[in-house]
Amino acid sequence: MRKLTGAILATLLTTPVAFADPVDDTLVLNEETEIVTRTAAPDHLSDSLDEVMSGWLFRGKETRAMQADDFDNPGMIFVEQAMDSWNAVDGSEGKSCASCHDGLETMAGVKATYPKWDEAAGKVQTLQMQVNECRTERMGAEAWPYDKGNAINMEAALSSVSRGLPVNVAIDGPAKETWEQGKDMYYTRTGQLELSCANCHEDNYGNMIRADHLSQGQINGFPVYRLKNTKLNGSHSRFKGCIRDTRAETYKPGSPEFIALELYVTSRGNGLSVEGPSIRN
Amino acid sequence: MKISLTGAVFGAVMASAVYAGEVLPTAVAFTDGAVEQSLSGMPGDAANGRLIVGDKKKGNCVACHQVSDLADVPFQGEIGPPLDGAGERWSEAELRGIVANAKIMFEDSMMPSFYKTEGFIRPGKAYTGKAADDTFGPLLGAQQIEDVVAYLTTLKE
Ligand code: HEC
Ligand code: HEC
Repeated sequence: MRKLTGAILATLLTTPVAFADPVDDTLVLNEETEIVTRTAAPDHLSDSLDEVMSGWLFRGKETRAMQADDFDNPGMIFVEQAMDSWNAVDGSEGKSCASCHDGLETMAGVKATYPKWDEAAGKVQTLQMQVNECRTERMGAEAWPYDKGNAINMEAALSSVSRGLPVNVAIDGPAKETWEQGKDMYYTRTGQLELSCANCHEDNYGNMIRADHLSQGQINGFPVYRLKNTKLNGSHSRFKGCIRDTRAETYKPGSPEFIALELYVTSRGNGLSVEGPSIRN
Repeated sequence: MKISLTGAVFGAVMASAVYAGEVLPTAVAFTDGAVEQSLSGMPGDAANGRLIVGDKKKGNCVACHQVSDLADVPFQGEIGPPLDGAGERWSEAELRGIVANAKIMFEDSMMPSFYKTEGFIRPGKAYTGKAADDTFGPLLGAQQIEDVVAYLTTLKE
């Protein structure tokens, strides 16, 4: 009897409290590009969430303001570096990205659809993998290490020209199996703390876990510039950090597991705007 | 699961001296989610338990729970219910069961199991992101659990 009373009491007490909720604020970039930071959850989430929200809504006022203007957004410095690589000839074929694609702005809309099924490769590819495919197969250049320097900067540049467009990754057709794999990972309680992504980011967003205000763990804003390490961070590196914090053995950035998880987590944000490079703690 | 058993013994050894009456993590007897017997065979020390509950590197209970008695500890979480009054709501045996393995009292609870060494998926070596090795042991040792339980019984509203 005691047990039942305690359990009910605990449930009553854990009802989310209002003050930690995400803010009521709107993000307009450079006074012109409106960013959708909350919208109706995509159909595949209808059993678990009504609304999906960008991590931007869970950050402090100053962090939010910093992202609204490209001159204040430190992530844009790395985008500029990537513009130089965009135009730089590299590899045995004497080509740059620009040789085949003209200006970076021709890439508008691309980031919104990745990760996606690649027919030739016969697997789901992330944007970084696609860039490396161009480098190794078309430029005769070396692949960039995953989530590091050049690779993450280029992902941020490709994201920057898609900002404001809705995330729209395909989860059916040949990508479905990979998506299911990512979904399994999202709900699996790993590590000695036995916590799943969903424990923190679906069941407890809006709540504080120690000093951190939990968001929905969306990746529409990636790559993110983190004030904590003052560089751009890729989604796989973030997954790695979160999994490490469950006292689990992690996977590597660029691994098949993280590709699957990226597809699944991206799909949870279908409908939010592409927002990267964004700014987080 | 030879490795985890060795790890369990080792973990307990590291966390406290081994007393004759110590119950291994794999041998804890739960009745309706409660555990009657002291895990260390010794009484708990509430003052030390208070430190464990508030210490980030030990119990880190405040990551998820608020405790008014620990007002000096900043950044208390709101994932679980506040622990104020826990000593009135629950008996000592129930508190021991909740801290040792809350998932038996509360099905599918998000609360980690502090005195458990088996059944994990991809357990790691503390917070390194690497696979668990032979240093793997329970999150808290038997005496530490007893200390935490002793502290919780003092929390009256
Ligand atoms: C123990 C709790 C916990 C677990 C489990 C967890 N995370 Fe997180 N995560 C956090 C915290 C705390 C932050 C920082 C605050 C925030 O943005 O939510 C964070 C941030 C993130 C972010 C950054 C969001 C942004 O807008 O910058 C992503 C993405 C993320 N998590 C994904 C995941 C995924 C995927 C998993 C599972 C593999 C996972 N998390 C598991 C606690 C957790
Ligand atoms: C990751 C989150 C988390 C951590 C860490 C955590 N707990 Fe909990 N705890 C919970 C949740 C959630 C509940 C509510 C039970 C449920 O329904 O799952 C709970 C319930 C309890 C209860 C019963 C509450 C009541 O009064 O009804 C006690 C006592 C308790 N926890 C003690 C502790 C102690 C002591 C520690 C550290 C050694 C700790 N918890 C660490 C999440 C946590």
